[in-house]
Amino acid sequence: MKDLVIIGGGPAGMSAAIAAYENGIKDILILERDSNLGGILQQCIHNGFGLHKFGEELTGPEYAWRYEKKVRELGIEFKLNTMVLDVTEDKVITATNTEDGLFQIKAKAVILAMGCRERSKGALNIAGSRPAGIYSAGTAQKYVNMKGYLPGKNIVILGSGDIGLIMARRMTLEGAKVHAVCELMPYSGGLARNIEQCLNDFGIPLKLSHTIIQIHGKDRVEGVTIAKVDEKRKPIKGSEEYIPCDTILFSVGLLPENELSKTANVTLSPITSGAVVDQDRQTSVEGIFSCGNVLHVHDLVDYVSEEAEIAGKAAVEYINGIQDESVLIPINTDGKIRYTVPQRITKKKDVAVYFRVSNIYKNVIIKVSDGNNTLLTKKKVKVAPGEMESITLKKEIFENVKELYFSLEEK
Amino acid sequence: MYDVTVIGAGVVGGLVARALSKYKLNICILESENDVAMGASKANSAIVHAGFDAKAGTLKAKLNVRGNQMMEEVCKELGVKYKNNGSLVVGFSEEDRAVLGELLERGKANNVEGLRIIEKDELHQMEPNLSDDIICALYAPTGGIVCPYTLTISAVGNAMDNGAELKCNFKVTDIEETENGYRVSSENDSVTTRYIINCAGIYSDEIAKMIGDNSFDIHPRRGEYILLDRENEQIFSHTIFRTPSKMGKGILITPTVHNNLLLGPTSYDMTDKDDKDTTAVGFEAILNSTKETAKSVPINKTITSFCGLRSVGSTGDFIINSPKKGFINVAGIESPGLSSSPAIAEYIEEMLKEDGLELILKPEYNPTRKPYYAFHEASAEEKNAIIKENPAYGRIVCRCEGITEGEIVDAIRRNPQPRDLDGVKRRTRAQMGRCQGGFCGPYVIEILSKELDIPYENITKFGGESLINVEITKGGQSQ
Ligand SMILES: Cc1cc2nc3c(=O)[nH]c(=O)nc-3n(C[C@H](O)[C@H](O)[C@H](O)COP(=O)(O)OP(=O)(O)OC[C@H]3O[C@@H](n4cnc5c(N)ncnc54)[C@H](O)[C@@H]3O)c2cc1C
Ligand SMILES: Cc1cc2nc3c(=O)[nH]c(=O)nc-3n(C[C@H](O)[C@H](O)[C@H](O)COP(=O)(O)OP(=O)(O)OC[C@H]3O[C@@H](n4cnc5c(N)ncnc54)[C@H](O)[C@@H]3O)c2cc1C
Repeated sequence: MKDLVIIGGGPAGMSAAIAAYENGIKDILILERDSNLGGILQQCIHNGFGLHKFGEELTGPEYAWRYEKKVRELGIEFKLNTMVLDVTEDKVITATNTEDGLFQIKAKAVILAMGCRERSKGALNIAGSRPAGIYSAGTAQKYVNMKGYLPGKNIVILGSGDIGLIMARRMTLEGAKVHAVCELMPYSGGLARNIEQCLNDFGIPLKLSHTIIQIHGKDRVEGVTIAKVDEKRKPIKGSEEYIPCDTILFSVGLLPENELSKTANVTLSPITSGAVVDQDRQTSVEGIFSCGNVLHVHDLVDYVSEEAEIAGKAAVEYINGIQDESVLIPINTDGKIRYTVPQRITKKKDVAVYFRVSNIYKNVIIKVSDGNNTLLTKKKVKVAPGEMESITLKKEIFENVKELYFSLEEK
Repeated sequence: MYDVTVIGAGVVGGLVARALSKYKLNICILESENDVAMGASKANSAIVHAGFDAKAGTLKAKLNVRGNQMMEEVCKELGVKYKNNGSLVVGFSEEDRAVLGELLERGKANNVEGLRIIEKDELHQMEPNLSDDIICALYAPTGGIVCPYTLTISAVGNAMDNGAELKCNFKVTDIEETENGYRVSSENDSVTTRYIINCAGIYSDEIAKMIGDNSFDIHPRRGEYILLDRENEQIFSHTIFRTPSKMGKGILITPTVHNNLLLGPTSYDMTDKDDKDTTAVGFEAILNSTKETAKSVPINKTITSFCGLRSVGSTGDFIINSPKKGFINVAGIESPGLSSSPAIAEYIEEMLKEDGLELILKPEYNPTRKPYYAFHEASAEEKNAIIKENPAYGRIVCRCEGITEGEIVDAIRRNPQPRDLDGVKRRTRAQMGRCQGGFCGPYVIEILSKELDIPYENITKFGGESLINVEITKGGQSQ
């Protein structure tokens, strides 16, 4: 029996563990399948992490190390090379590693912090052959940054997610030529600063409203045919262009890794593909919390750490049986606001609500209402799907409402 | 000098070699690719057909029904996944019903057991996710599904365990007659042999031409598929065929033995025997047909798409004959070739016996082979026992399919040895899940590199020039 078991030793898992420890629960175990703590940050050797949290620009490993050092100093227990295979509703965790074999642990509370994975090329049904030389951007990042191998020299990237942008720069620095980054949508899903620093600074063309329609090559990729797409995202005849290349990188989205949440019967949101949670990041299953990229995909690790602290603290309250005055207020969205996290409020205390929009909108008002009356508004010059937004709701605001509505109006 | 040389390590060549390996014979299998099961045997519908399609009296009809009867036992011996899930040919109209009636009669003439026409109510109880527009079906309880590439791999492996030799990267380019047999050559190697069994799939006509047999041609017919992710609850348990029409057998929906859902194949006649491209037109055809057949199919669960080439022979039937002493063609083995494969092997055994080849049973012959170990299917006790025995089974490498390092190492050490990423994939399912190797690929390369003593950067996806990494980075060093 453990008080708290945390699944995943990335930034989310480590922050949650530290927050729980500092709030009084010491009997904690982190289970991590990799041979190191740090999660995906281990392979993000570029800088830009921690601006928000520490006010400095750290590399991924530096950022992760700050947390790992703390975990070690506090003596929080962790097991590496340990894969969690199953979590039940009553918080029995089954895991395996080479030393303990297959083992089970019961926990009073569980924090799910398994991160996310990349959507693979296979999901896209792109016509053509299936040669070597096709990678997801994160896999290429692993080869280059962790293994010391270059997967190719002439690159076309599909998808302008942040990992794709970062890899465009990384491959260029390693002496490869990135011929184009094609993006299906009329806008990039990546951070504006990454487009500036990773593409523009290196003269790499970003082709918006473009996609790869055919892959060529027998053993190894020999080229791609790209085409412009119309508003329905269908290729436009006559706009085809052949680009010779030996490598294609896909950066077409991240998917929260929720296989274990499913085994625990946690309710998932079809929009985020992560758990449905309250302000404490507690899922539909009491005592099971979720945070970080497994809950919803974040663009900045700083927010991951922040969210994990919320979950860590709340897990302590749960273990100690502390109850706030309870309410049940679902938060609805209008589609232009794609989703919010949390999706519902269950306690009367101030809540920061994070959200993403579904398109690029300019000069907008974000409105929070109870269905009839506007409770709060916030003006923004520009909002984009690639950048997460947030609004803090004081508890006085929702004291007497049954439901909350988040909507977006263009001026 | 070999007694028998099998050209082509597909399911047919594999099972022929295995059938012959029970006798005191020197057997060699020649394969042009870097691994076995690289042709039609890895990219097909994986259906063990009941046998109602082919016209009575044809080799196709006879060998299909016999192969169907043999398949379960062969799979049990070889440790290959097989499931007798039953097939349904669904009809949308009275015209379809008439065709189903003909198929029923044809099936009876071919001695297919248990065939019957079922009506809407029963049908929708069996398969609630079928479209409401479907009014009846031909039910074939003997229809099944099998894992075609593990069948091929295990057949070749079992033949090798019983003494047969496999030579990969041996593309036969020339055959010369010698005093007591043949000399079979590739660009840089050659073997001599008394008998040749030509199981070269789509290239079997070219092999036949090497000994002057121009009696048939093979042309490729493209078949594309979309594969959906594994689900805990299958939305279809039977194999669902459309009623055949002038346009062909149509696009089916079937569970696989691994609980994925397979949609396809398309059907386009081609000329280029190397063109395994998928097409946008093909994807559309698959999606449209699927929408007609099923109420709903989770297309957003697509994990990959692929294409196989049917070996369409110019005679309309399987071409199994001996145009010259010591040379046997096993050509034009299009569908139901997989279903027929164990029966084809038996048939070849008979032909050789009749030809006077002395077949003396080997006392040490072992027809069985352990299945590839599947950690995720084992019980908790079994898991603990195997981790204690070999800790590498405690380390999960492929997170999507739950495959351990132990399984991968074990697969690399067995016959026939995989030498590339795809080879490990077909044997263990590592890289076959929803992330398609994005996560475990780099680790599988590490294991292959260590086990085979090949530098990391020289590991390929499927042999030839299919390198994964092209060079060491500025700061990197070879592992
Ligand atoms: C290429 C790339 C570039 C990025 N660039 C930036 C940037 O410039 N700036 C920035 O601020 N942020 C950036 N990010 C985002 C940041 O890295 C992530 O937000 C952060 O790593 C998410 O933390 P996490 O703990 O939720 O997930 P992860 O870091 O993915 O950690 C999850 C951990 O859980 C483990 N795990 C999963 N399943 C199991 C299981 N069943 N059993 C045991 N362990 C398990 C995993 O091994 C992993 O270690 C980038 C991300 C990527 C991928
Ligand atoms: C789209 C499609 C769907 C199908 N569906 C079904 C089904 O559901 N049920 C069913 O029963 N059947 C089905 N079939 C048929 C079945 O897949 C084939 O009949 C079977 O796989 C043929 O096996 P094979 O060993 O003859 O050919 P292959 O598997 O093609 O093997 C031939 C081998 O010969 C090698 N080779 C070729 N040339 C040379 C050379 N010069 N030197 C050395 N080696 C050479 C090739 O590399 C290859 O490995 C389908 C086929 C296709 C294409």
